[in-house]
Order: sequence, then structure tokens, then C-alpha cells
Amino acid sequence: MATKQIIHGVFGDEEPLLEACKKLRASGIRIKDVFTPFPIHGIDPIVGVPRTRIAICAFIYGITGTSLATLMMWYMMVHDWPNDIGGKPNWAYYFNVPAFIPITFESTVFCAAHGMALTYFLRCWLVPGAKAKNPDPRTTDDKFLIYLELNDEQSKKADEILRATGAEEVNYKGTLTIEPKY
Amino acid sequence: MHAESQIREPLIIGNKTYRNITDDIIAPIEGKASKAWYVIFTISVLSFTWGLGCLAYTIGVGIGAWGSNNGVDWAWDITNFVWWIGIGHAGTLISAVLLLFRQKWRMAINRSAEAMTIFAVMCAAIFVTLHTGRPWLDYMLFPLPNQFGSLWPNFNSPLLWDVFAVSTYFSVSVVFWYIGLIPDFAMIRDRAIKPLAKKVYALASFGWGGSVRHWSRFEEVSLVLAGLSTPLVFSVHSIVSFDFATSVVPGWHTTIFPPYFVSGAVFSGFAMVLTLMLIVRKVYKLEAYLTIKHVEYMNIVIIVTGSIVGVAYLTELFIAWYSGVEWEQYAFLNRATGPLAWSYWAMMTCNVISPQLFWFKKIRTSLVATFILSIVVNIGMWFERFVIIVPTLCRTYLPSTWTTYTPSFIDIGIFVGTIGMFGTFFLLYSRTFPVIAQAELKTILKASGEAQKKAAAEHAHH
Repeated sequence: MATKQIIHGVFGDEEPLLEACKKLRASGIRIKDVFTPFPIHGIDPIVGVPRTRIAICAFIYGITGTSLATLMMWYMMVHDWPNDIGGKPNWAYYFNVPAFIPITFESTVFCAAHGMALTYFLRCWLVPGAKAKNPDPRTTDDKFLIYLELNDEQSKKADEILRATGAEEVNYKGTLTIEPKY
Repeated sequence: MHAESQIREPLIIGNKTYRNITDDIIAPIEGKASKAWYVIFTISVLSFTWGLGCLAYTIGVGIGAWGSNNGVDWAWDITNFVWWIGIGHAGTLISAVLLLFRQKWRMAINRSAEAMTIFAVMCAAIFVTLHTGRPWLDYMLFPLPNQFGSLWPNFNSPLLWDVFAVSTYFSVSVVFWYIGLIPDFAMIRDRAIKPLAKKVYALASFGWGGSVRHWSRFEEVSLVLAGLSTPLVFSVHSIVSFDFATSVVPGWHTTIFPPYFVSGAVFSGFAMVLTLMLIVRKVYKLEAYLTIKHVEYMNIVIIVTGSIVGVAYLTELFIAWYSGVEWEQYAFLNRATGPLAWSYWAMMTCNVISPQLFWFKKIRTSLVATFILSIVVNIGMWFERFVIIVPTLCRTYLPSTWTTYTPSFIDIGIFVGTIGMFGTFFLLYSRTFPVIAQAELKTILKASGEAQKKAAAEHAHH
């Protein structure tokens, strides 16, 4: 059985926070998470966050929307009930394809936008009623927090680095017992 | 850190810290409303109620209650629809197009501009649902299986494209707006003392914590949504213009309509944003964030789009003459000299001449002048839609159908009602929502704050 310390390194500004993150990572300490009041430019590689693939999802949702709209209009206008409207017959899809472009486009955008938004909410688990994810309420205002879960030896090193880089507070928030996996 | 040229004027005035930004933006929510707020709110609610009464009357007796008649079958309903939807375009333009262009000044105004978009599209929706005559049958606009012998809606019709365009635009705008709001709701949640407020904002903030992974996704989602919304916003008003342009009515059947409508929409939308912004900065004391520079930038967009609109008017006239089509020539002659010529000249004055005053730096940096001109522009843009629709329909192909038009009491009531609804919603929004995207604003404090810029300049000298 191993116990881990939960440490909150609280900073008042983003530059010392980035400095601390760099030093922690250089000394082999894993940064569990960082909580900030606003997005910090260029923090992802420093903390070790891989690039999100959510845009790829959006593309897939988008082409799904394109296909659904095409299928729908082909079925309704060409297959199920073909009509000759204003001298523009619908005997085949390509006869009237210019008229179908606006809705195909709108449907692409609709599916891409809503699919991506939904993926974002679920992937981050941002749902009504979810518990606030920040461990310290000041992180939505003006404080920047490094959240660490470390063993005793690493804790000492992390404490030194945090204080040396200008952390305003280093808070010990209890221990975490990790059951060994057999 | 991102450094910014000293030549650029600061976007945040004074010596602000992150905490100051939080405090200033939460102040209208935590504080008590002023007397002025209650007065305007009462007026808005009263006109909204009046509008609801007129709406109910219309549904009860049918659209014969309106001034529209056999010849002029589109009048105030479509004028108001296009006017509102045009106003709605500024929000997405500011938050999406300016995001793609990395314009930092958008950050102080995008939240309220998007709120305005959403409320304006709601107002527009009232007119489209009502103008069908039997709004309880409006579900037939959607491609639903039905009992009429698999009769589907006509996908060749721009009116149906409009249904898809407007509903996509509305729902995507709401989602874009809400994703940006979540971190700000979380900020209010973490500050709230009253238990009810805490509960409500906790629910609204979806449990946001500001984790680095979530911010990374947040930024990607914002960027992609901006990329999707940019063509969307252009498509929506293009499709609205197709409602006219694909018809065979002289004066409507022109290829210039899509770009001309889109720039007109941006023009009126920016004017409306300015009207609201100038009130908001004064009432909620946000002068440090909504600076004169912001007003100037907005006015520059108004000059550009206003000039495009002006050129479009002149192009229309030239092409009508150059085409040699008698019907087309008469349509424009009738607009400028016919029985409703006064509305044409009101439009020309408000839309073509008035924005040109912004070439003078004194005028475009004057808050009073901007406020007055922003209202003038919106009056002009209302007349633009009126001029396109009503005088044209008063004089179509058959002289025996020629008629004239006067709005009825109900027409005016519904229009005033939508203004009341817009005001009611906006006033409620401004007291419960963070009116400035504070999380985004904090990202530019270091580079664009006045005190921070000064410090950077001094640092560079030593």
C-alpha cells in the first residue's frame, strides 16, 4: 500500500506558475492537473497535455450532416414524391442539386457544431449538476493552482520547487491511499 | 508572454488586476439595480405585453388584422423579420469573424453582442412564424412524415432554406454563447454567498473547474465553432436575401442581394451593439473595459459596411438603367419618386450619408454622436427593408392590382412588442449574466492593460 500527498501549489500569476511547471517536470514530477482562471497560452506542452482531437470529431460530425441532408433530400424530393416545381423537375438528384446546396451546408454546420459541443461537454463531463471540479474556489478568480499527488520523497522536492519559483501558498490537502494492483 | 506594440492603445484602462476584473464584472450581478433600470424594465415589459396582446389578436382573427392586402402581401411582418435577423448578425460576426482575425478588442463586447443576437433572432422568429397565417400549422415547414400522401416540403424553395438556416443559426449561436459563458458562471458560483444564487450558478456552470485539459479543449472548440459560424453567418442572410432574389418581382430579382444584405446586416447589427454597449458601459460603470477605442473600432466597421451598402444602392440603380429592362427601371423610379418616396429618401439619408460622418475622428470618438448615429442607422436599415418590400409590391406587373399600404394598429403593436421583448430579455440578461467575457478578458490584461503596457515600456527603456 502506498500513500500519496495531495499538494496544492497556489500562484498569483501565470509566469511563476509556468516556471514551476517546467521545473517540476524537469525533475521528473508528474503534474496531475493545473487550474487557472483563464486559458494560458502555451501551457499544454509544459504540463504535458496532448493536443485535443476534438476538431477531428467535428469533421466527422460535419460529413455525417452532409450525408444525412443529401440522403434526406434525395429521398423526399427524388425518390418518394418527385415533383416538377416551376419547370424544374426532380427526376434525378443532379437535376436540382444547386437548390439542395444551402440545406446541405446548413445541415453540415448544424451537425458539426452540435456534435462537437456535445462531445466537449461529455468529454470534460460538463453537465448540469456536476460537482465543481476546481479544488480551490479562488482559481476561477485570480489564483493559479498546481495540483499534485506525490509520494513523500517527491513531495519534498516539489515543495522546494514550488516555494523557490514563487508559490504564494503550498497547501497539503491530506493523503491518498493507493491500493496496489496485483 | 505575448507582447504588444506600444503604439496600440490599451484595451483595458487604468491599473487593473485579475481580481479587479472579477469584481467589476460581477458588480451588476451582486449589486442592486438602479432606479433607471426599473424604469426602462417597466416600459419594456409593458410594450412586450402590448405586443403579446396584438399577437394573440392576430392569431385569433387571422392576419387580416394587419395592414397587408392583396397586392402588398408582405409588409411589416417581413420588414421586421429581416430587420431583426440582420441585427442578429453582429453578435456572431464579432465573436466568430473577429476571433478568426485575432482581434482582441472583441473580447469586451462579444458576450453582449451574442446575447443581442439570440434575442434578436427570437424577435425575428415571431414574425416568420406568424406571417404564415396559421402558425399552429407551422410544423408543416419541417420535413416530417405526414398524412397528406407523403407530401414533403419543397426543398427547391428559398423559404424552406430559410427555415433550416435560421434554426441552425439560432441553435449554433446559443451553443457558442453558452460554451463561453460556462467559465464565467463558474466564477460567479465560486463567489456567490447567497445559497440560491450559488445553487443556480452551480447548475449553470456545469461543474467547470478551469483544468488545463478543459481549457485546451475549450479553445479548440471556440476556434472550430468560430470557423463554422463564419460561413454560417454569411449564409443566413444570403438565404434571407434569396427569399427575394429568387422571385421574379422587379427590384428583387437581382444577384447583388446576398452581399448587399449581409453587409447591411452587419451594418445594422454593429449599430445596435453600439446603442446597447454605450448604455451598458454607463449604467454598469464598465468604462475601463468598453473604451472609446472600442467605440472607434466599431464605428470603423460601420463606415466600411455602410459604404458597401451605399455602393450597393447605387449599383442597383445603375444596373436597373443599364439592363434596359423597363420593369426593373420602373421599380427603382417608383421607389425614388413614387407614393412612398419619403421612405426611400429616409433610407438614403440614414444609411448612405449618416455613416460617412464617422470619417471625422471627432465624431467617431464622440459617445453622444455615436449613440445618436447608431439609432439613425437602425432606423435607416428598417426603412431599407420597408423600401425593398412595400413600394415594390404596391406597383407590380398588373396596374389593376396596384394598391397602397398603411400599417394597422396591430402591425405597430407587434413591432413595438418585439422591441419590448428584446429590451426585457436584455435587461434581465444584464443583471444575471456576466456582460463581459471576463475569463477571456483576463488573457489580454498583461498585453493590453494600460498600467501593464506602461510598465513594459519603462522596462524597455532601462
